[in-house]
Amino acid sequence: MIKTLTGNYAVAEAAKLARIKVTSAYPITPQTTIVEKLSEMIEKGELEAKMIRVESEHSALAATLGAAAAGSRAFTATASHGLLYMHEVLWWTASARIPVVMAVAARAIGAPWNIHVEHSDVVDQRDTGWIIGIAQENQEVLDMTIQAFRISEDPRVYLPVIVGLDGFILTHTVAPVNVPDQKDVDNWLPPRRQPYVITPESKIAMGNMTSDDDYYMMRYSIQVGQEAAKKVIEEVDQSYGKAFGRYYGGLVECYRCDDADYVMVLMGSWAGDAKEAVKILREKGINAGIARIRFIRPWPAEILREKLYNKKGVLVFDRSISFGNAGQLFTELSSTLYGMTNIRGVIAGLGGVDVLPEDFANEMIDFVNKVEENGKVYDPIKWLFPAKYRNVKIEEVVS
Amino acid sequence: MPVRLADFPRVRYGMPGNAACPGCPETMGLRYVKMALGDDVVLVIPAGCSSVIQGYTPKSGINFPILNIVFASAASAASGMQAAFESQGKDTTVIVWAGDGGTGDIGFQAMSGAAERNDNIMYICADNEAYMNTGIQRSSLTPYGAWTTTTWTGKKEHKKNIPMIMIAHEVPYVATATVGYPQDFIDKLRKAAKIKGFKYIHLLAPDPVGWKFDPSLTAKLGQLAVQTGLFPLYEYENGKLTVSVFSRLYRKPEKRVPIIEYIKVQGRYAQLMKDPEKIKGLEEEIERQWKWIDILEKSSNPSSVAQQIIKENK
Repeated sequence: MIKTLTGNYAVAEAAKLARIKVTSAYPITPQTTIVEKLSEMIEKGELEAKMIRVESEHSALAATLGAAAAGSRAFTATASHGLLYMHEVLWWTASARIPVVMAVAARAIGAPWNIHVEHSDVVDQRDTGWIIGIAQENQEVLDMTIQAFRISEDPRVYLPVIVGLDGFILTHTVAPVNVPDQKDVDNWLPPRRQPYVITPESKIAMGNMTSDDDYYMMRYSIQVGQEAAKKVIEEVDQSYGKAFGRYYGGLVECYRCDDADYVMVLMGSWAGDAKEAVKILREKGINAGIARIRFIRPWPAEILREKLYNKKGVLVFDRSISFGNAGQLFTELSSTLYGMTNIRGVIAGLGGVDVLPEDFANEMIDFVNKVEENGKVYDPIKWLFPAKYRNVKIEEVVS
Repeated sequence: MPVRLADFPRVRYGMPGNAACPGCPETMGLRYVKMALGDDVVLVIPAGCSSVIQGYTPKSGINFPILNIVFASAASAASGMQAAFESQGKDTTVIVWAGDGGTGDIGFQAMSGAAERNDNIMYICADNEAYMNTGIQRSSLTPYGAWTTTTWTGKKEHKKNIPMIMIAHEVPYVATATVGYPQDFIDKLRKAAKIKGFKYIHLLAPDPVGWKFDPSLTAKLGQLAVQTGLFPLYEYENGKLTVSVFSRLYRKPEKRVPIIEYIKVQGRYAQLMKDPEKIKGLEEEIERQWKWIDILEKSSNPSSVAQQIIKENK
């Protein structure tokens, strides 16, 4: 059934279709309407689940983890400072191998306060052991959330999953979304599976100390789960595509990248604008394409290498930065493609600053010119400043 | 309800060879929890001595199913587990077993949240009056005058009164207990387990290492804390506070064991022994404890009493 939904309502619909049993969350802009919608569904009796209205995000994920450890499908959602506040519990959840799903409404981090889209909060979780996806539009938000439960609960994986959606651009923007029938989701999504359940009969102590040797091996097993997830995510996306008619390309969506000479690499909602830019560029005779990262963890190194090794150049757009180095997608990709091709990283759109299709196109033209002049380009950072600061002396603005 | 020692199960709930220190009050307390409540129990344990005492996974020296969890959110994890059990149609008792830091300091926010929501969990604070697991640093529950490795000349502030704070949350059940009176603790555990909603038991856990006393005296110290009047045993239920049987004698100051008997056997109070003026600080603490009890006992509605006191003071 086609409904007009915001990204946040798409998340709530997906959680309901996945028949979550427990949810716990603390409101934070722009995630708030997910919590509101789930509360409404539960109170109206449309969703048979318990909601724990906790006093903080740290507690939200702890409660979700507790419910999941006790054997119930559990879900939470947060953003920005909330995600950073629960950071410790993210580690604990992944290391405990407890499957849960969390939506993250990607948002900038203070100071100063800024509620608009940025990817810093999501990419800050790369090392926690979570599987991390980011959607481009509302339909994909719904589909990725449903898929996330199956990925998380796959015995080859057993790791928690983040579904990222860009703050306001997706969370608060209404778009038509094809919402599957409950019975079809029931047929497609297997019942809850998890590595262990803590019950009075189980006699399991989870998380107490262990020898350093065993700890090391448990760390290794998380990497095994992440590696397996590469295959599982592709399988799940294909199976979902067969059942519901929408396949997204697994870990990476390749948009006109096979015949392209130059490829833009990015993730999230602005990929839609970049796709517009590809049309502009192709009209100008530049064979451009896009490799849209759908999952930053596990990192799709093999696919990216296969797709990009023989390109004339790769232009990476990061909506976040690791201060003192470069954008995180850039650093990941430059290590994956080490020495294979020309590469440049562009830092853009921080704090929700608009980046238009023309901006993507112009950045690509500039990159192509540099490659054709120099033959060899390795530029970790190029700043795409906000429009109002582009024609001023930056030294005078920032001093 | 009288509790007979002969009725207790003979199962070993604290296994030999666990990692507890000699005379550890926590293994005593955990043993009583299981003796009282049997097998339909799951524990949630935040960072603290009890996360170490269990020993190395996959084995455990504590005969309970346990979810170990990050320091600050034990109550929330327990709320989550309880919600899951309830949705599965189980009435398993989910118990948080936390220290004074995990309860009154870093874990306080999560506990207050669970209490305010009246989540159907039991919260036991095993209060050894300092951060013992990290090596005896002061907590907000360390008493006045006590030495710790962050209060070398004795703590300047008074102990935070967590049970009274929990009463102010108006939860269905709050009680104090000590490992010195296992019958009393077990009685309270059994009563609490039958109540739906948030239950709080504050278990004084004398610690031979951190308090510097002979490990054979753990239970004795628990009794002395009660007999000196410093740690009154009471229950708060259905809005009514009742002094427990083992404390009733000691509400009269003349019946109390002199506080010096409690202080002199503990190395952490060596500073107080040198400066008797400072002992007054603990004597005042005793008076404060009983004053609260007097006020709350008289009313079936403690929050209205609190309002009355505020009015009178204006």
